[in-house]
Amino acid sequence: MAESVLSISGIEKTFHGEGEDCPALSGVSFNVASGEIVCIMGPSGCGKSTLLRIIGRLEHEDKGSIRTIAEHVGEGVSAAMIFQDHALFPWLSVEENIIYGLRLSAQKIPDTEMQRRVDDLLSLIHLTSFARSLPHELSGGMKQRVSVARALAIRPSILLMDEPFSALDIFTRRELEDEILRIRQELKTTILMVTHNPEEAVYIADRIIILSERPGVVAGIITVTLPHPRSPADPDFIRIREEVAGRVKGRNEVGCAIQHE
Amino acid sequence: MVLISKQKVREYGKGLAVIALLLVAWECAALVIDNNYILPSLTEIAEVLLHPAQPVLGGESLIANTLVSLKEVLTGFFCAAALAIPVGLLIGWSTEVQAYLNPAIQILRPIPPIAWMPFAIAWFGIGINSILFIIALGAFFPILINTVDGVRGIRVRWIEVAEMFHATTFEKLRTVVLPGAFPRIWTGMRVSFAIAWMCVVAAEMLPGTTAGLGFLIMYAYNLGQLDVIGAGMVVIGIIGLGADMLFRAGQARFFSWEGKD
Repeated sequence: MAESVLSISGIEKTFHGEGEDCPALSGVSFNVASGEIVCIMGPSGCGKSTLLRIIGRLEHEDKGSIRTIAEHVGEGVSAAMIFQDHALFPWLSVEENIIYGLRLSAQKIPDTEMQRRVDDLLSLIHLTSFARSLPHELSGGMKQRVSVARALAIRPSILLMDEPFSALDIFTRRELEDEILRIRQELKTTILMVTHNPEEAVYIADRIIILSERPGVVAGIITVTLPHPRSPADPDFIRIREEVAGRVKGRNEVGCAIQHE
Repeated sequence: MVLISKQKVREYGKGLAVIALLLVAWECAALVIDNNYILPSLTEIAEVLLHPAQPVLGGESLIANTLVSLKEVLTGFFCAAALAIPVGLLIGWSTEVQAYLNPAIQILRPIPPIAWMPFAIAWFGIGINSILFIIALGAFFPILINTVDGVRGIRVRWIEVAEMFHATTFEKLRTVVLPGAFPRIWTGMRVSFAIAWMCVVAAEMLPGTTAGLGFLIMYAYNLGQLDVIGAGMVVIGIIGLGADMLFRAGQARFFSWEGKD
């Protein structure tokens, strides 16, 4: 097995609300290998998003450790996140959005290199002719592709995706799933993705990590060995999808809710 | 070429009709009253307006007086913006700063700038500095309040994107908070400019000034030349309208993205 790019162990997190504590994660551990696509699934409110935000350093764990191995030594950021709502800056053009992370002082990249990367990414996501458009001039799927390019621009060692396609229609969604697979093929990107859609998980993942009800722990790991391109009509696909769906089932009626915007 | 839609023409037509009606009423009243110490006729006012470069009442021309006022307004306005925008960003960004500054601001804000005139004269002496102080004071609060609101309206997600790329606090303010809040700041500037314009005329009416539209109006009043007063008022109105149109055009040109996220 390839070297681990991400290794997390014993992650615990409790949110302290008014008068009540809301335990979100209780000792989550797993590894993600280089170039692997791993999906995280679990009943709603099980702490999937919280886990991803902890790995992306947008939240801090109470206990446990996260180790990311920077593939490109000297480049500052090891994990880049893609949100469900593209979160593009509406006042910046497509090109400026992609270059955004590179221009910050955390990255020390020469201007010529920046432009080269942006050009490469624009062609990777097939939006070269939209370089100067503003986000509101693009469709939902196009916006999410720009958001992927923006995250890839800093060459993160791992791409974190928080239900990235759930706001899109079914056709656009499949198109973007294929695009993610193609990007992984071309760039050997490592991806950790939260989804609530078993079909999506089986369609793109190498492994699916199932979290239990809150407080979340790893309840199971399903390895998907079907060759790509995978067909949702394939009996093996359906079998794995049903297995995933069955294991994810579960209610979560704990009286506290975690909201990340 | 700019094409104006039929609807726009109709809209403008309605507005122009009312203006024409008011002018006719004014002229009729002037004919009936037949006393230009009470109501000068439009022809007399137009006479002053049609010779803007000629000395008025033995002093500077209408244009020269207008330029003096305009220069004062712009100077005071830019001083106000230069102070109000950074302070507003800090108040909007930090609840700590807000806790310190908000009460003082809320008490000072409702005081009409002109009420400060005696203090201004005591501190800065009679003349330009006092006028600038009054203008800057009048222009300061609308920009400040709108900047604070603009910062409050920034989406948390945009800040998270900057954090994901390891932006420093200053970079977050410069690359996310300032541009994200700018449409509101612009609105504040538009309101401020109108107030600054009112302040300059009022401030110039005070003793000790020797030029400007406010001075001209007061000077003409002392000499009983109501046609000059009328001409001064027309210029004030037109410049106010022009500035507002410029701000609106800027809004449409630079902030087309606003609210389309």
